[in-house]
Amino acid sequence: MSETILEVKNLRTEFKREKSYVTAIHDVSFSLNKGEIVGLVGESGCGKSVTSMSIMRLLGDTSGKITNGEIRFKGRNLLDLSEREMQTIRGSRISMIFQDPMSSLNPPIRIEKQMIEAVRIHENCSKEQARKIAADMLHEVGIPDVENTLRSYPHQLSGGMCQRVMIAMAMACKPELLIADEPTTALDVTIQAQIMDLMKKIQKENGTTILLITHDLGVVAQMCSRVLVMYAGRIVEQADVHELFYNPKHPYTKGLIACVPKIGSDVRRLPSIPGSVPDLSVMPKGCKFAPRCQYASDRCLKGEPDLVLVDGRENHWIRCYLESKDQTM
Amino acid sequence: MAEESVVRQSAEELPKPKSPYKEFARKFLKRKAAVVSLIFIIVLALVAIFGPMVIRYNPNAADYTALLQGPSPKHIWGTDEFGRDVFARLIAGTRLSLSVALGSVVVGTAIGIILGLLAGFYGGIVDSIVMRGSDILFAFPDILLAIAIVAILGPGVINVVIAVAVFTVPSFARIIRSATLEVKEAPYVEVARSIGCTNSRILWKHIFPGTVQSMIVNFTMRIGTAILASSSLSFLGFGANVTEPDWGTMLSQGRNYLNTAPHMVLCPGLLIFLTVLAFNLLGDGLRDTLDPKIK
Amino acid sequence: MGRYVVKRILGTIPLLLAITFLIFMFIHLIPGDPARLLAGIDATDQEVETIREQLGLNQPLLVQYGEYMKGLFTGDLGNSVKNNATVMATILPRFKPTIILTITSMIWATILGVFLGIIAAVRRGKPLDYFCMIIAISGISVPGFWLGLELIQIFSVNLGWFPTAGLETARSYVLPSITMGCGIMAILARFTRSSMLENMKEDYVRTARAKGLSEPAVIMKCAFRNSLIEVVTVASLQIGGLLSGSVMTETVFSIPGLGRLLVDSINYRDYKVVQALLLFFALEYIIINLITDIVYGFLNPKIRYS
Repeated sequence: MSETILEVKNLRTEFKREKSYVTAIHDVSFSLNKGEIVGLVGESGCGKSVTSMSIMRLLGDTSGKITNGEIRFKGRNLLDLSEREMQTIRGSRISMIFQDPMSSLNPPIRIEKQMIEAVRIHENCSKEQARKIAADMLHEVGIPDVENTLRSYPHQLSGGMCQRVMIAMAMACKPELLIADEPTTALDVTIQAQIMDLMKKIQKENGTTILLITHDLGVVAQMCSRVLVMYAGRIVEQADVHELFYNPKHPYTKGLIACVPKIGSDVRRLPSIPGSVPDLSVMPKGCKFAPRCQYASDRCLKGEPDLVLVDGRENHWIRCYLESKDQTM
Repeated sequence: MAEESVVRQSAEELPKPKSPYKEFARKFLKRKAAVVSLIFIIVLALVAIFGPMVIRYNPNAADYTALLQGPSPKHIWGTDEFGRDVFARLIAGTRLSLSVALGSVVVGTAIGIILGLLAGFYGGIVDSIVMRGSDILFAFPDILLAIAIVAILGPGVINVVIAVAVFTVPSFARIIRSATLEVKEAPYVEVARSIGCTNSRILWKHIFPGTVQSMIVNFTMRIGTAILASSSLSFLGFGANVTEPDWGTMLSQGRNYLNTAPHMVLCPGLLIFLTVLAFNLLGDGLRDTLDPKIK
Repeated sequence: MGRYVVKRILGTIPLLLAITFLIFMFIHLIPGDPARLLAGIDATDQEVETIREQLGLNQPLLVQYGEYMKGLFTGDLGNSVKNNATVMATILPRFKPTIILTITSMIWATILGVFLGIIAAVRRGKPLDYFCMIIAISGISVPGFWLGLELIQIFSVNLGWFPTAGLETARSYVLPSITMGCGIMAILARFTRSSMLENMKEDYVRTARAKGLSEPAVIMKCAFRNSLIEVVTVASLQIGGLLSGSVMTETVFSIPGLGRLLVDSINYRDYKVVQALLLFFALEYIIINLITDIVYGFLNPKIRYS
């Protein structure tokens, strides 16, 4: 086994809604090993972004609160760190890129200044040195005209260019972990492929661990070595990418995979999972997926299953009664 | 089919939609400042209607034995330079001050709404005329326009109402115009057009309701502004009438007795301040309740 | 950018023409015979006729407008009936107090307003937020003339710290500035707060936090930097309102400025002076708006580079 970079244990995050607290993510545990790309998939509203913001400890402005669990980054529990210590980790050891690159850059400030700032927060160097690092990074992420780009304002760049800049900025301090929250959702399909190639290249060259959050299983199949499937704030299935696609166990995962249109198949009727992700404040009692699950039995409506190993498999975990019949209620 | 029954089941579990009025009331009642303001305004309105019937003193009766007296059990807010009861005059002035403000804002709002709707809906030359017109009016900032109008027309209740109304029109026209432009692009208006609604029907049945929220908020706030403007005019001596009790006029008269009878300035001023504050707080509360996007 | 500036400048010309026409019409809009109004109630018919001739009121309207415009460009705004002096000579000495008041109240109001707005936004929903916003909404609601009188009552009459009226010393400007700036302070506090809250929701603020910037740096460098453009715009738009806001303040404090002159001239029916002052206030407002627009264009790269 290679070195573990990030280990999340029993994470629970709650949000304040008027008077009561609602649980956005519940008992989430997973670990990321050095140099791997792990996909975190699920429909929108299932807690993917909350998970990533919890890891970064950036929930402060959204009235969210981590109420349980540990987030161990290279052995250190991030939840024990002071805000100041956390700042030294954000952007240098753990970086993040976001869904909408155009609005993620500050409009009235030149790219140059934003990148230099990102470098100089963490590295003790002169403006000129920081600018050199920024230029090198832009070159590395495949920006053709580095000088011009540095002198540009965000609105003068295309979406794909902005995302490259974001990646360059995130990678400027050579972080061990990059969290990419739907990095290509807002981009054209062709640009999407380029950005994905770029991320793969970065992972290969720097050995960066990447947590790729997406709802696109196609992207997962192409990029990731392991996959975490999230539903209603829980991890419902976790497996290597091959195992997951060829031997999905959870009805939700099966549904997601069935929804991916395949070339050559009969596309007159695209399958879909009926219903929608439950609202956080009106969670069903038992298995959170049960109301949408066609195999649901009484047992599923009453009690919630734990995340357990699938019989006879290594590294394939599932939160479902159907596949773990010996589990007691 | 199993799938369909599942869908139906989950649809039944959804919470029933609440009545929009109840929902509004529930949210509004949480804003204590706005609720207190609303109560204050209701009391003020009652005072304006019934106050003059129940007060002890005739607001215009001079009493030369009690000039410029401070607050006492007999005259709770003191007397003025003619020995008239300040409390009685303030009560009597409530009617005039509120009706001038309300009247001018109603007139200004009505004209502003019509112009704004026409400008936003028809665009083109109508829009240009209305907008350039309001640009011109806007070039006389704040109460300057009202002062200019009163300078032309002379003092008097009706003239003050006209002056304050004119100064209300352009802001309303602009707000309604931009709201109309926004609503005009909304899919439901396009649907209405596609099923063959006439222009006037679209205007009144589809676009007008979409602008109601911003109108209610603006209307409330504008009453506060109108009270400020009309009392400013009165203070400058361009106001409604010198003999009738009026908050601004009382304040202006009290100015000369700042040394000997400070209550003559304090009482009417505080009343104007609290009234304007109440309308502004109510407007804020309504805005936050109606449109949670703006905070 | 050059085109933007030219376009904005050319765009105000029709507005300027319309306003000069409206103000020119001012004297004709007054009910009654303007010549008689100007001559006074006890003037003889002969005197009225002379005034009519002097003012060119017997000529066709368009000719009169032409004369008026010619006067504007040559700086001849006519004569004041009250002072027996030209309108220019009447107005010019009145500028200084009004401008000093405008500048001083603008300075304190902007600093305090922006400060309160930022604090309120950062402490959103906390007691400090409510405190700042109570100050702000009170500042918007308080009638300036009453505030001025109460300030005189407390600080001049009772405590004797400041003079009650006039402009003899620098101290004389303190109370009028407070009175005049109060509303602007309030407007800016509210505006800064809502603009900051708006910006703090933006994606780039999240990026800044993810970069590892400290919270104060995120607020000042990132969110406020973006609010600044809008705050500057709103603040400078207030200057136009301030000059005419001087009407109330100068009346309360008996300051011989432009606002006071306007009130006095209306009372004396000195219509040429009223006309000139209205024109000045309107022009000043339009020009400040124009400059604000252009400066906004320079500050906002989206406009600068398009």
